[in-house]
Amino acid sequence: MKVLITEYLRINLDTEQWECRRCGHEHGSARDNYKKGLLVYDRDPREVHKPLLDPAKYERTYSPDPNWCRILEYYCAQCGTLVEAEYLPPGHPPLHDIELDIDALKLQWKDRQEVTEPPVGPDLALEKVLNHRALHARTHGHQH
Amino acid sequence: MHDKISAEEQVLIDKFLADNKLFLGPDPEIMRNHSIQPRSSVEDEILKKGLDTHQVHHVRGLINAALSEAFSMVNQMGAAPGAKWGDLVTGIYTAQGDLAMIAPHGIIAFAACCFYPIRFIIKNWITDPTVGVKDGDGFIHNDARYGGVHNTDQSMMMPLFYKGELVCWLSSTIHEGENGACEPGGMPAAAESKYDEGIKMSPFKVVENFRLKRDLVTFLQNSVRDPKLQLEDMKVKLHAVMRLRERIIAILDQFGRDALMGTLRLHLEDTETEMRRRIREMPDGTTRVLQFMDSSLRENCLQKLSLAITVKGERLIMDFRGSAPQFMNRAVNTNIASFKAALCTGLLQNIWPDLPHTMAVLSPIEIISDRNSIIDAEGEMPQAMSLMPMFKACVAWTIPMNKLNYSVPTRYSAIIASQYDQAATFIYGGLTQHGDVTGNFCSDINGNGQGARSHADGEHSVSPVFGFMCDSGEQEINEEDTPIIRLGAQRLAKDRIGWGKYRGGMGYEQIATARGSGMWGFMTGCEGSKFPSAQGLFGGYSCPSYQLLKIKGINIFEELRKDPKVVEVFDIVELMNKQPIKGGQYSSNDMGMTFELCNEGEIYMICQGSGGGYGDVLERDPKLVMKDLAEDLMSHENARDIYKVVYDEKTLIVDEQATAELRAQTRLARIQRGKPFEQFCIEWVKPEPPTNVPYFGSWNDNSVIWTVNPAIGLRSNMPASAMSGVFMPNPKDLQILQLQAQNEALKAKLAACESKA
Ligand SMILES: [Zn+2]
Repeated sequence: MKVLITEYLRINLDTEQWECRRCGHEHGSARDNYKKGLLVYDRDPREVHKPLLDPAKYERTYSPDPNWCRILEYYCAQCGTLVEAEYLPPGHPPLHDIELDIDALKLQWKDRQEVTEPPVGPDLALEKVLNHRALHARTHGHQH
Repeated sequence: MHDKISAEEQVLIDKFLADNKLFLGPDPEIMRNHSIQPRSSVEDEILKKGLDTHQVHHVRGLINAALSEAFSMVNQMGAAPGAKWGDLVTGIYTAQGDLAMIAPHGIIAFAACCFYPIRFIIKNWITDPTVGVKDGDGFIHNDARYGGVHNTDQSMMMPLFYKGELVCWLSSTIHEGENGACEPGGMPAAAESKYDEGIKMSPFKVVENFRLKRDLVTFLQNSVRDPKLQLEDMKVKLHAVMRLRERIIAILDQFGRDALMGTLRLHLEDTETEMRRRIREMPDGTTRVLQFMDSSLRENCLQKLSLAITVKGERLIMDFRGSAPQFMNRAVNTNIASFKAALCTGLLQNIWPDLPHTMAVLSPIEIISDRNSIIDAEGEMPQAMSLMPMFKACVAWTIPMNKLNYSVPTRYSAIIASQYDQAATFIYGGLTQHGDVTGNFCSDINGNGQGARSHADGEHSVSPVFGFMCDSGEQEINEEDTPIIRLGAQRLAKDRIGWGKYRGGMGYEQIATARGSGMWGFMTGCEGSKFPSAQGLFGGYSCPSYQLLKIKGINIFEELRKDPKVVEVFDIVELMNKQPIKGGQYSSNDMGMTFELCNEGEIYMICQGSGGGYGDVLERDPKLVMKDLAEDLMSHENARDIYKVVYDEKTLIVDEQATAELRAQTRLARIQRGKPFEQFCIEWVKPEPPTNVPYFGSWNDNSVIWTVNPAIGLRSNMPASAMSGVFMPNPKDLQILQLQAQNEALKAKLAACESKA
């Protein structure tokens, strides 16, 4: 039995391992931080959010300030998928972001069917926006 | 004092203290309890007798219709810009002051905070012989310390008596804006104490026999910059509540008091039960997220918000300990009750939008915070710009909840990355072209880009982060009523995108100037100029940083008269890089700006922002990349460097094979440059925050809070359990000191030169 945890991570309840959902690579014990099985790179945020204003003219260019903010990119060691992009101030300890009770998880899934493809939920928030826009247009007698 | 006192004596002492309480300030017993109260004996009696479920359903529908009708009245007749675009609510409360239902289109946050002032009235005024609560009374309130989102919002609250019995409460609230604060518009980032925040109404009676008391209305009008608006909207809210009252009385006449009171209570209990059921469905464990706010709106400084969500059975605990300390003289603090209202909004907007909009949603959730932190500030702290941490609360759910929720077999709503979470709009004030004094903010606040979804890109400029019910108002009215002139169309902000397998919905550019006013100015209140604000999900990137751009010292109207083609197109990046208007002072600034005068024809430019991205950029369908190029949302440079697509720039035809190869190479390059986590941490992790960043909040231990005195660059830490506020120096004083030092250094240099000569 495998339980999907994120777009790129699942937990194999039988082996108690974190696994890559793209290539099946085992990242390590599901009772431990999955990040320990990944590769990390300290990315200069200006490579991802490139300066749009001329840096010769302006200090603030739409790029994050690299002295304030770095992007830690976490890759699957086998397939190179970008599993997480963590924005942190330089030197800040990476966050232990997922810490699940594996025994409880096993119990919870004892009677559940395995899910291999995640369900897609309806975008209820967006539906509400569109409904309200239609209502507003009616109330105020015109379309935006 | 005696060591022992009798019970009788104790009663006397309690009564004496109650009668002689010098000040009925915000009451922690009320303000720290966000949950529904235990059933009253009346409610218990009704529910034990049992209710007909069909009738409950029917009554609930009628209440909803009544709330909707009252909502529409305020929406159509309200004078405040906020009323026009839907920043309002109408609500109904149980007799003991639990908020049962709000109008379906009302702002959700209100559902989680409007009950506090009603509980205050119930606790203090009902039994007070100098006040009392009677049929026909109405109460007003705006101070968020007594409950509320923030002090721009004014409420009208009314008890409903039926056959002599108080059976429920009704209310209407509008974001009025202007409230007589030290800056126009009601949200002064310049407020350095609570006494700079303008009028602060604790709940008081302003209506008797269903009529406004003119003496008090005059006092309130006298306290704000927009006396006409103050009166008009008090009338509008009163009439809406009175209409609501008529409708509810009709329900009472038809179905009886038990049906109404029972339905209200049952609605709360059913919602709470459903919440617990959904919590049980999630796995037990803890997920965490950090959010970084990079400005106090007066200076750049990094403030951490730390959140751990723990699920255990049907308990859900949100732990915010380790967050930044409160600022004693900055406006970006919030009280915990307002912060919780934003949390409720975020849950209903981002995670479970199908749940009823009631306080019962938050009721089963336990919330832990450090006292005197920026999200749990004391009453004396200024909190006029509490929106800053509150907008973070709206989106705080997206990362940790999706990590808990992803495994749940039932998907109640789409998985969405963080929406753009800044109030990216111009706040304005001054004299209109008609000679009236005014202050408020533009409806562009409603154009936050949606976060990317697990199955699709985010929608552009979808809604404000605090409500899916707000529309971008009436642009035309804005220009008729104020000297603000929009230059150019509202173009989507090209290349300013939260990248991912699916990208965030984008924001648009706002380019504004003023004409025809003797005195006009703008302010902006956004963070994220150095540290991006809207976070991506599952490998998706955040939005970029955003800046406030200015072209000062010119008059665009004169320039256009001289040469109608001086500006080819009003596009921020082009204007700033090409600098086509000669003699202008072009500057790129932090998105937080206190009120500043805009001379006729000077140009101010900001963007609404993008939501966060979802998933690995290398998984983005090349067709979607081409679509973004075709729609001019993105430059070729980013299509190649971020998404790694090989294609023909003219035809936009993708070379699938070459793209697959390039992407495979890129994955290999990642594997080569990445380091194993533990080895990486040895090099990366520092024991303390960087010395060149003014940092506030915990670092590697949530029980230790770091702070800086930027005046002397002195860094220190304190226990989270005994946090004190941070007093910030005036940024202008720091600048003066810096200039003086420069001046002295130059003088010394000159003297040295002269002595040599
Ligand atoms: Zn993999």
